[in-house]
Amino acid sequence: MQIPYEVQARPDTGLYNAKLGIWLFLASEVMLFGGLFSAYVFLRLGAEPGLWPRGLLDVRIGTFNTAILILSSVTVVLAWASLKMRKFNEYRKWMMLTIICGAAFLFIKLAFEWPPKFSHFGAFIRKDKLAEYEPYLGNEYMRSKKLEPRLEISGHLHAVEVDVENADPAALGQFLEKRHLKVLKREDEGKRLEVEVHSPADAEALGRVLGKITKPDEPDPRMREASRTLPGVKILAFEVQPDPANEDPTNEDNEKPHFNPRKRNPLADLIHIKAGDVDTWSAFVPRHSTYLATYFMITGLHGAHVLGGVLVFCFLWGPGAALYKTNPEHLANRVEVAGLFWHFVDLVWIFVFPLFYLL
Amino acid sequence: MSAHVGQERHAPHDDHHELGWWRTYIFSTDHKTIGIQYGLTGLAFLFLGFMLMLVMRWQLAHPGQPIPVIGGMLQAIFGEAAFSRDALGRMGMLTQDGYNSFGAMHGTLMVFFGIVPAAFAAFGNFVVPLQIGAPDMTFPRLNMASYWSFFISCVLMVGSFFVPGGAAKSGWTSYPPLSGVADMGVGIDPFWNGQSLWLVGMIFNITGSLLGAVNFIATIIQLRAPGMTWMRLPFFVWAQFVTAFLLLLAFPPLEAAGIMQTMDRLFGCSFFMPTGLITSARDAMGHAAQWAGGGSPLLWQHLFWFLAHPEVYVLILPGIGIVAEVIANNTRKPLYGYKAMVGAIFVLGFLSFIVWAHHMYMTGMGAKVAAFFQTTTIIISIPSVILLTALLISLWGGSIRFTTPMLFAVTFLPQFGIGGLTGIPLAFNAVDLYLHDTYYIIAHFHYVVAPGTIFAIFAGVYYWFPKATGRLMNETLGKVHFWTTTIFINGVFMPMFLQGMAGVHRRWYDGGAAFDLISKVPVFGRNSLEWNVVSSYSAFLLALAQLPFIFNFFWSIWKGQKVGRNPWDATTLEWDAPSPPPHGNFDKELHVYRGPYEYSVPGAEKDFTPQTEAPADAPKPQVTEAVLVK
Repeated sequence: MQIPYEVQARPDTGLYNAKLGIWLFLASEVMLFGGLFSAYVFLRLGAEPGLWPRGLLDVRIGTFNTAILILSSVTVVLAWASLKMRKFNEYRKWMMLTIICGAAFLFIKLAFEWPPKFSHFGAFIRKDKLAEYEPYLGNEYMRSKKLEPRLEISGHLHAVEVDVENADPAALGQFLEKRHLKVLKREDEGKRLEVEVHSPADAEALGRVLGKITKPDEPDPRMREASRTLPGVKILAFEVQPDPANEDPTNEDNEKPHFNPRKRNPLADLIHIKAGDVDTWSAFVPRHSTYLATYFMITGLHGAHVLGGVLVFCFLWGPGAALYKTNPEHLANRVEVAGLFWHFVDLVWIFVFPLFYLL
Repeated sequence: MSAHVGQERHAPHDDHHELGWWRTYIFSTDHKTIGIQYGLTGLAFLFLGFMLMLVMRWQLAHPGQPIPVIGGMLQAIFGEAAFSRDALGRMGMLTQDGYNSFGAMHGTLMVFFGIVPAAFAAFGNFVVPLQIGAPDMTFPRLNMASYWSFFISCVLMVGSFFVPGGAAKSGWTSYPPLSGVADMGVGIDPFWNGQSLWLVGMIFNITGSLLGAVNFIATIIQLRAPGMTWMRLPFFVWAQFVTAFLLLLAFPPLEAAGIMQTMDRLFGCSFFMPTGLITSARDAMGHAAQWAGGGSPLLWQHLFWFLAHPEVYVLILPGIGIVAEVIANNTRKPLYGYKAMVGAIFVLGFLSFIVWAHHMYMTGMGAKVAAFFQTTTIIISIPSVILLTALLISLWGGSIRFTTPMLFAVTFLPQFGIGGLTGIPLAFNAVDLYLHDTYYIIAHFHYVVAPGTIFAIFAGVYYWFPKATGRLMNETLGKVHFWTTTIFINGVFMPMFLQGMAGVHRRWYDGGAAFDLISKVPVFGRNSLEWNVVSSYSAFLLALAQLPFIFNFFWSIWKGQKVGRNPWDATTLEWDAPSPPPHGNFDKELHVYRGPYEYSVPGAEKDFTPQTEAPADAPKPQVTEAVLVK
């Protein structure tokens, strides 16, 4: 049983089935990304002053990725045209280029864009303690210029000061060894330590080290476990090598997007932030702020669509290309349909790039 | 290119190769099998959702008392998350968390796992390709993928009852911040918990629906048989067409919101968690859960209701389509106002996207915004009334056969009428401020869906059963089912209007017993709590009333009276195919010559003229290249 109009267009609509299908699917995708962008707008408009960062993203990488994606949209059309002209080897060449571009986009995102964020530290200072960190926040200057206040100190987390009095010593020792963390200072008969960390993830894990068992004589092992002090390790302070924005807070330039990103000064003095002065802290991960949550969600979902497209192209380049021998027009239609999807993915990126990187 | 066209046309069964049992019955790409899969799954979930509510109704009628007879078994199955021992140590008392989770899941399962699969996907898949003269859906493999995505969501939802912490309990609406902090803590898994499984389940369900919607629209546009012009389509096909557009365009924002809430729960984001919120939430290790804040609970409400309002039209439109078919067939005359109905259904579909905030009047929106939504909501009642009125007038002057499907279809009309008319006061935010979240709302929407859509589903089952199986369901059992269901379903929901106006709130575990004004002041002779007892016992009897249907359904598959292709003497194309239709559906070439409801045509021999019957003076149609089925 053959479904009509799989390859040939239906006369009154002028469409073959898959073409109509992909346009309908793209309509739903417009609503999906539309919903996500609407969320961005909603959250941005409702954000408290000072909680929406700018200039966090690397514009060079973003521009390069934009160029790659636009190039791949061109190559996929050339692939389709080659098929329509029945030039199979040309088709394979252009399709492979498209795949390479798509894969490069993903590789650059996952190797150069996302990982540096996971080791970038940020701490939002409590509103009532802002004055104490004025040299790094520069809020008087911000107020004088009628700009939004700066509420965060960010940079590279060099070390944390911790209270380990209630920590299980074996668990702590194992933890430090496993993660190769050095103890820089020991104070108060070993009850307070300054531990060098490689990333905020280390600090988070340190805060979850198990506490001492308070009921060692308890026969039931589960009850023994449940009697551990909570928390085991208490973080007392952060030692942070500041970002340019905190090293020189009155320089407005630090908060704008730049094509060449500002580098952190490795010789800057470390900032000592007391844990009690911190509202929330984390790496630049989704839970850091709604801005980053939205960024990761939208670029993540977009990236998933890029991946899907690349996988479909791989199929059409590889095993799927066998269809050329029996029904080349059908293969051309499949490439056209995949190409339409790819153009949409590109279009979404054309919105993502200015919204997140340039504004 | 042209070498492909003009090939010898094979009869549908020639290129059919033998598929094993799994590919024929389980992983089938045939729209009829997929339709039956959706139908059985949908009916099963309607039944499960009903059972959840029966447990809740016991609690409302007899607060604090354990479920009789099966209480111990329920506690053993669902665990301490939902049931506990009462003060006297008897097992099987529904707890507050249990009440909330059963309530949330009742709504979710009924709407997304019961009605949409049964009314839209099941009847749509089975009937639409047949009614337009197509051999199958445009994308059969995508169709199968849609069902299996849906199936995964079913497994996740049912499984969520059995994880530590129990099923989702933040309402079918899943409002944050409650849904952000629910189902977490010591002993509860960060991922395998009720609320998170609800979210992931919804994502799979939505994906299945979206892919299905693409299929429906493409099929109706591309695969109509020659001569089947748009205005010759049966009204059921129009209804499914608009419903598919609603699903296609309205579901994605909820998918986006679901992703965001999942990120809130799994990655600690604050899409919906506002700044400065203080909760007692703890993560699985026992540490206080922390959010950066900056999010907006209102954002979830907007995204949710942007879907959920068109969703309610998704729930009703296939039902209206089914009722239209059954009424035309059983009055032996054309539908009144077919063109107006088509126009109305498009206007309804369009307007359904701009009324959503009438579910949010309590959020403190400004007067201008509220005025906009009140206006659009009132306007949307117009096409609804056009549809209902056209169906009502269609009865006028008809030669009515009160078969079981017709009984359900005709009763649908006043019941849907009650549901719709009781919605009109709610359009005004001044009234809604009082009635919001009361039992009045519950009664309003249940009237539309329960004696509304579910009656339409019953009508459709009785009506199309002979096409799917080649046998009729038993009429006597059908009539018993009809009368008992109608009486008891009204017994359940009619008192709720009174309770709601008296102020009984939704989602109250004690049914309002804590409030004197509710428990002591009589309303129509009984106080509101006594009406709880009336509703509850009507619900139990309603459950019993479904037994004849369940028995009839399965018994008739093997023992029902055998019939030919067209036992109802109907005009639409599906009755031209064999019963049940084979793979490929039709055993002859189809050409459509006339509209869908040519009943009692003056001068004709029979009181119905099938769409495929050529007029005496019609020329033999040219079989054009573009139309040849290869």
